[in-house]
Amino acid sequence: MADKIATRQAYGEALVEIGKNNSNLVVMDADLSGSTKTSMFAKEFPERFFNMGIAEQNMYGAAAGLAISGKVVCASTFAIFAACKSFEIIRNSIGYTGANVKICASHAGITVGEDGASHQTFEDIALMRTIPGMTVVNPSDATATKKLLKQIVEMEGPCYFRIGRAAVPVFYSEDDEITLGKGKLIKEGSDVTIIATGIMVNEAYEAAGVLETEGISVRLIDIHTIKPIDSGIVIKAARETGAIVTAEEHSVIGGLGDAVAQVVVKNAPCPVAMVGQQDTFGESGKPDDLKKKYHMTSEDIIEAVRNIVRER
Amino acid sequence: MDINMLNKKAVEVRIGIIEAIHNAGSGHPGGSLSSADITTALYFDIMNIDPKNPGMKGRDKCIFSKGHAGPAQLAAMALRGYFPIGEFTGTLRRIDSRFQGHPNIKIPGIEMSTGSLGQGFSAAGGMAMANKLDNDPGKIFAVLGDGELQEGLVWEAAMSAAHYKLDNLIAIVDHNGLQIDGRNDDVMTVNPIGEKFESFGWNYTVIDGHDMIAIHDALTMAKESKGKPMCIVAETIKGKGVSFMENQAGWHGKAPDDEQYARAMAELNAAKAALK
Repeated sequence: MADKIATRQAYGEALVEIGKNNSNLVVMDADLSGSTKTSMFAKEFPERFFNMGIAEQNMYGAAAGLAISGKVVCASTFAIFAACKSFEIIRNSIGYTGANVKICASHAGITVGEDGASHQTFEDIALMRTIPGMTVVNPSDATATKKLLKQIVEMEGPCYFRIGRAAVPVFYSEDDEITLGKGKLIKEGSDVTIIATGIMVNEAYEAAGVLETEGISVRLIDIHTIKPIDSGIVIKAARETGAIVTAEEHSVIGGLGDAVAQVVVKNAPCPVAMVGQQDTFGESGKPDDLKKKYHMTSEDIIEAVRNIVRER
Repeated sequence: MDINMLNKKAVEVRIGIIEAIHNAGSGHPGGSLSSADITTALYFDIMNIDPKNPGMKGRDKCIFSKGHAGPAQLAAMALRGYFPIGEFTGTLRRIDSRFQGHPNIKIPGIEMSTGSLGQGFSAAGGMAMANKLDNDPGKIFAVLGDGELQEGLVWEAAMSAAHYKLDNLIAIVDHNGLQIDGRNDDVMTVNPIGEKFESFGWNYTVIDGHDMIAIHDALTMAKESKGKPMCIVAETIKGKGVSFMENQAGWHGKAPDDEQYARAMAELNAAKAALK
């Protein structure tokens, strides 16, 4: 767990790798190919790359047309323009038709940093989860990004794939098995379970280490596939540890926390606390400072775990 | 081409539209009737299609981007042999029917689910891009409403079609001048339409959208377009073929009652008989 790589960088590299074996893969972007890293694919396979200009809605509409014609399409822009600006096009032209489009959205969450609230997206997972048939994936690091992207390209049907701007620690090794739709048990524990997604998995891992020294046995699960969620691993955690803390770089409304709570309430009720953006907009600043200010750090997870264990 | 046959088919398409919408008790007769001649020309004259093999490689595709006028497309498809006309006219908009209120891709031969304006045109652009990638000779015909042109997405799609030189994409604008709230000119001006497309890098032509020879000539020319996409502005009459529906914005989204249905059918049957 030494190197720091942005998941968008891993995404760009993975597109090129997949593109070498899959001539059916088409990549699109909306004038952000340098930022989303689709430029790497564009350089390698210019005939299969389409820059659609600053017109995200048409990119997703055209992506549907390409996919319905037999292509598998990865169409990238920032999460705010993908999930939010283009929501209804994604809902009708991609979701309702079941088109084989992978909405690969980068620059999600608070770690967008200096660009500020207009670009920091905390609503995308919530929006995408509501579309029937939409798979929603939020990889935690570079390794998971590559492994999961390969699987979603092979999978038939629409998918929202959320990647980030900031360099984050490479958490997994090549040998780690990461399977679409399956929660990843990172660490066993019996007092409480932390369920994290995206870059919060690393924060949760650090939190778990500190909590162990305090005598709290923490189970840690990475839910990279938020929809369909691995209910089995969540129910088991609820039953065996009796308390859950979720952690996501997303609003606590409609995201991982809600997805976990739905499973828990229906199957094995237990206290659930949610670390994430607390129903507020962000602001400009350095990613690490913003994570602190908006309470999405390992410290905040530790605090939530201590509280939930104390109150039980 | 057999003009008499096409004109007769167009009347039969109109009969199918009225039957289906009357049975359903809801729907959009005005814009379906205005596009009936264009649709008939596409399905019976112009497009390379095979109703027995709706997924045929290299086929032409028709996308009704003005999805509310889907009954025109479905009636033409039924008459062309994609599915029984009775199933369409008897179950349109009913629960458990495959004939939804707006075109649905689950029906063999329907290439795109539409209904939210602008999206069919955008997807049509993507299909034209796919055909270019695959050296597929099929043409993509997108039928748009004039009110639909108020959607920003239409112009994003128009811009990218010209940028990618999609000369295999043909837009047909059903310019009947009316939309739900009234005249385009009162709600939100869309004119001049052809010039707008031209300034976006398209070729365009303006035709009488009820003159089968003009439609045939324009679509044939559009299929041969090189280097640029082509827009056909079809000047039409909303509600065309049913006298009391013609040029009435009120018939945009309203089904005829039994008495109105009987009058409409009498007019259409007389028109059909006159073409014998």
